[in-house]
Amino acid sequence: MIEVQNIDKSFADLQILHDISTVFEKGKVNLIIGQSGQGKSVLAKCMVGLHEVDTGHVIYDGKDFTSMNRNERSLIRQQIGMLFQGSALFDSMNVEENVGFPLTMFTNKSSAEIKKRVDFCLERVNLTGKNKLLPSECSGGMQKRIGIARAISMNPKYLFCDEPNSGLDPKTAILIDGLIQDITKEYNMTTVVITHDMNSVIEIGENVIFIYEGKKWWQGDKKSIITTENPEITDFVYASEFMKEIRQNIRNTRT
Amino acid sequence: MWRRVISELEIIGVSSLFIVGLMSLFMGGVIALNTAYQLTTPLLPDYTVGYITQQSTFLEFSPTVMSLILAGKVGSNIASEIGTMRVTEQIDALEIMGVNSLNYLVLPKIIAAMLFFPILIICSMALSLIGGWLALQVSGLINTEVYVMGIRSFFDPFHITYALIKAVCFAFLIVSVSSYYGYYVRGGSLDVGKASTQAIVTSSVVILMSNFILTKLLLF
Ligand SMILES: Nc1ncnc2c1ncn2[C@@H]1O[C@H](COP(=O)(O)OP(=O)(O)OP(=O)(O)O)[C@@H](O)[C@H]1O
Ligand SMILES: [Mg+2]
Repeated sequence: MIEVQNIDKSFADLQILHDISTVFEKGKVNLIIGQSGQGKSVLAKCMVGLHEVDTGHVIYDGKDFTSMNRNERSLIRQQIGMLFQGSALFDSMNVEENVGFPLTMFTNKSSAEIKKRVDFCLERVNLTGKNKLLPSECSGGMQKRIGIARAISMNPKYLFCDEPNSGLDPKTAILIDGLIQDITKEYNMTTVVITHDMNSVIEIGENVIFIYEGKKWWQGDKKSIITTENPEITDFVYASEFMKEIRQNIRNTRT
Repeated sequence: MWRRVISELEIIGVSSLFIVGLMSLFMGGVIALNTAYQLTTPLLPDYTVGYITQQSTFLEFSPTVMSLILAGKVGSNIASEIGTMRVTEQIDALEIMGVNSLNYLVLPKIIAAMLFFPILIICSMALSLIGGWLALQVSGLINTEVYVMGIRSFFDPFHITYALIKAVCFAFLIVSVSSYYGYYVRGGSLDVGKASTQAIVTSSVVILMSNFILTKLLLF
């Protein structure tokens, strides 16, 4: 479980996050949704300490991450897996070295054991046998999936995915959503997924947080997001004219 | 860690051997020719050419000029590599895994450079003297024995130590200055390019200034 308490974050004079408090539950896929540029990635980076918060606390299973020193943070971070919006693969390493990197850094596993774990992770993201490719030789969607494989290679307690399925075809996107959901349940992880893909929301959203203008605008589950009357949310959920029409039709038939 | 140092040795050091060698050959040739050209007075013996080539090579040209060249090659390389890692969030990815990114990225480079720069400088000295000899042979100005005699006369082993001390200091400066510019770059690929230019300019200035200080400290 990750608790976020009253986070504020500004860059220079521009305040991005305003007093955000919420709880990301264990064993669930927690979604952060919202339009582009509203501060979703900044929120995630504040939670893992890549940006220092101005005020507020982030608490990992009762431990206050914000007040920790570098070494204590490093211990928590070894239990965090993160997929970055731009994948952030190490471009001097091939796929196998990328995925196995945290294992070589932090475990005493033999190279055979590491290889086994890497193959297992690659299999889970449907990339069996791509071990020797360089990131530059992979497509954007493949890079995303390699990033996920790397994020889960250490069996993290906390998993952050910044737009895991942007740039993927619908079928692979569903596969990735399913994978994230499965491993969350399997290992009882606290998973935080940032997305603007409504399909994912419907598919895996158990706890959905809607960020608007840097504030937590709304929180609920996937059922209530469809029915809520909050105008900013309906604007987000039913973004296209076509969807708006469908919504209107449904409402008309109801009344 | 040591695996990283070895791969950095290759990137920073071995790949610079060729350019350092080539430049040193020509540099030595030019020093020898220039000296010979200016030695018009019969009062000075011919072996002075060898002596002066040796002195200028050992004291300044090999350690300082080569370091300036390496500041261009190695410095821009390091700044753009680390800078790219910064703007593509690779450094964030390291941090998030609990890796101390600054140590992980910069330390092996500093160690590798401080180990390999002296080797490069020694190669440069040897090749510069050979370059001088070749130039004199081609132009038929002074014969081999006289040149070698000039090199060996007044030879002071401390000059080698002096050059190597400089090389090690400059290695440290080049790598730390360029890593600094790369590590703290903000923005996109355009800013990485700017950082790498800045890295070259600053490390060159720092080299020349510390060269002055070192020369003063070590020779007087
Ligand atoms: N390092 C930074 N320095 C200054 N401003 C920043 C920085 N990072 C983000 N911002 C600003 O914070 C705001 C929110 O950015 P953020 O990346 O969190 O958006 P987002 O919600 O993730 O959008 P998207 O869905 O497009 O990824 C943007 O206006 C951005 O300009
Ligand atoms: Mg984002």
